[in-house]
Amino acid sequence: MTRQTPPLTNPPTDQQLIDFVVAEARMIDMQRFQEWLDLFCEDGHYWMPLEWGQTDPRLTCSLMYEDRLLLKIRVERLKGNRTFSQKPKSRCHHVLQTPQVDLRDEAANLYQTWTPMHYIETRFDEQQLFAAWATHTLCVEEGRLKIKLKRVDIVNCDAAFGNIQLFM
Amino acid sequence: MSRYKGNADAVRALVREREVHRDVYIDEEVFQLEMDHLFANTWVYVGHDSQIPNAGDYFGTTIGSQPVLMVRHGDGSVHVLFNRCPHKGVRVTTETCGNTGKFFRCPYHAWSFKLDGSLLAIPLKKGYENTGLEESEAIKGLTPVKHVRNYRGFVFAKLNDVGPDFESFFGDSLSSLDNMIDRSPVGRLEVAGGVLRYLHNCNWKMLVENQTDTCHPMVAHESSAGTAIDVWKNAPEGTKKPMAVEIFAPFMSSYEFFEGMGIRVWPNGHGHTGVSHSIHSDYSVIPGYFEQMSEAYGEEKAKAILDENRHNTVYFPNVMIKGPIQLLRLFKPISANKTLVESWTFRLVDAPDVLLERTLMYNRLINAPTSVVGHDDLEMYERAQEGLHVDANQWVNIQRLYSDDEKPDVTAVTNGTTEWQMRNQFRAWSKFMTMSMGASS
Repeated sequence: MTRQTPPLTNPPTDQQLIDFVVAEARMIDMQRFQEWLDLFCEDGHYWMPLEWGQTDPRLTCSLMYEDRLLLKIRVERLKGNRTFSQKPKSRCHHVLQTPQVDLRDEAANLYQTWTPMHYIETRFDEQQLFAAWATHTLCVEEGRLKIKLKRVDIVNCDAAFGNIQLFM
Repeated sequence: MSRYKGNADAVRALVREREVHRDVYIDEEVFQLEMDHLFANTWVYVGHDSQIPNAGDYFGTTIGSQPVLMVRHGDGSVHVLFNRCPHKGVRVTTETCGNTGKFFRCPYHAWSFKLDGSLLAIPLKKGYENTGLEESEAIKGLTPVKHVRNYRGFVFAKLNDVGPDFESFFGDSLSSLDNMIDRSPVGRLEVAGGVLRYLHNCNWKMLVENQTDTCHPMVAHESSAGTAIDVWKNAPEGTKKPMAVEIFAPFMSSYEFFEGMGIRVWPNGHGHTGVSHSIHSDYSVIPGYFEQMSEAYGEEKAKAILDENRHNTVYFPNVMIKGPIQLLRLFKPISANKTLVESWTFRLVDAPDVLLERTLMYNRLINAPTSVVGHDDLEMYERAQEGLHVDANQWVNIQRLYSDDEKPDVTAVTNGTTEWQMRNQFRAWSKFMTMSMGASS
């Protein structure tokens, strides 16, 4: 369980940004995906680059570059009755370093954090470990922090992986 | 104990007209024979020459289990060399791709080689005087692959002298490559966007067979494509259909759709789905593209090129291309139960960027380790790789729409849900596996 945070009445503090990032990871680990989707702005994206230092999600391939529609398809699919690659279901686990606030632009309503993390995904007897950096670009909508862009750079982004089925 | 090595009859017996023995998928000895024979007697895709535009550019890859280098020579030609220093066996290149300048230099003892592989220099060479170096294997330098063919940018190589020449091997199947290339107004492709690499714990042939398996999409991909359709249904009325839904939705087409689209088989194990139409037929028009094509080719020819919407073309043994998507998937065998899938994408030179954008979206939605469609398929392959160890039934069925008068090595167009192309691949498999095994029968 997590506490419902009251709506923001002032620009978020650094601690509030940090708490948001930590709570977001916990939401994924607890598989509260519907709530997690609601953390994204209408035009929000989840981006997992394929290349080291990638700058373009459009004309360079990515592992994931998903808008809310695509994320919703994933979330719905995970609970589908004929989603055989999720029988049994995967589980995941995040260990975050304390997020660092890299950008605060209250006038533009834009905040950015940077979070080194280890992510584990497991299914059957297999457990895979990924090391990554998450960059959250956040804004405030109706008193709530929302994700404009969550970028996940895996340290070996260009390695050959097996299935990665959940969200880092 | 060796059951198959040197025993062409035992290898042939693995392939029956309507079923194949599970050892073609799970037996390591059969896998090793594939590396020794099948991947040596056939023309195997190496890479695209746009990866090495300038003299000295190289790209490292494998043909079967053999590490090779594709390199651009000073005269513009493309050479393929085995990537092994003739001295101590060290891989001579450090990066997967790069530019080596005017020569290769081994990082261990600085032996150097010209771009065609021949020996250039050895430090302190006087130590080899009167040692018979000229009779050694080492004097030959980096061994070149003798049979190399650059077909409109697509570089293929054949390791053995036996086996058909390039034209006889591919024949009319090259029409699929032609169509993909002709989709550029200047008739040229460039590798673009990066390569997706995806590890599969299954035999490489399961992936190749899947490419013309038209009875699985509506079943295995109900979870991904079916969900995409369901989610899209709830979008507010009047919302423009997103590119992603255009890509996902046709996977849920009916059996009748796939039956009607047809399958064409060619000799030597090549074949394709989507003769009359395919899941790629109904994508949105890209503004300005047809006009560019008409200007380049004339309206009639431009229309003919773009009306061809072949789905998956299999180039035996281990390549699949999608012309309308400008995508090539290479199924690289690692062991009997392990395959590396590389999905390469191409830019149509001089065509609008949005085509490359669609190509890349297709690749990451369908072929990435993070792709839901990929998850659907890999789950099935891995279950099969496990299930094939059941001793009670040791045969895999490939008889859908089989008929007694089906001939090997013919060109034919037939029902789009046939497993003829899988049979075609296995007939070719049997032929090229045993071609260099000597006369044991």
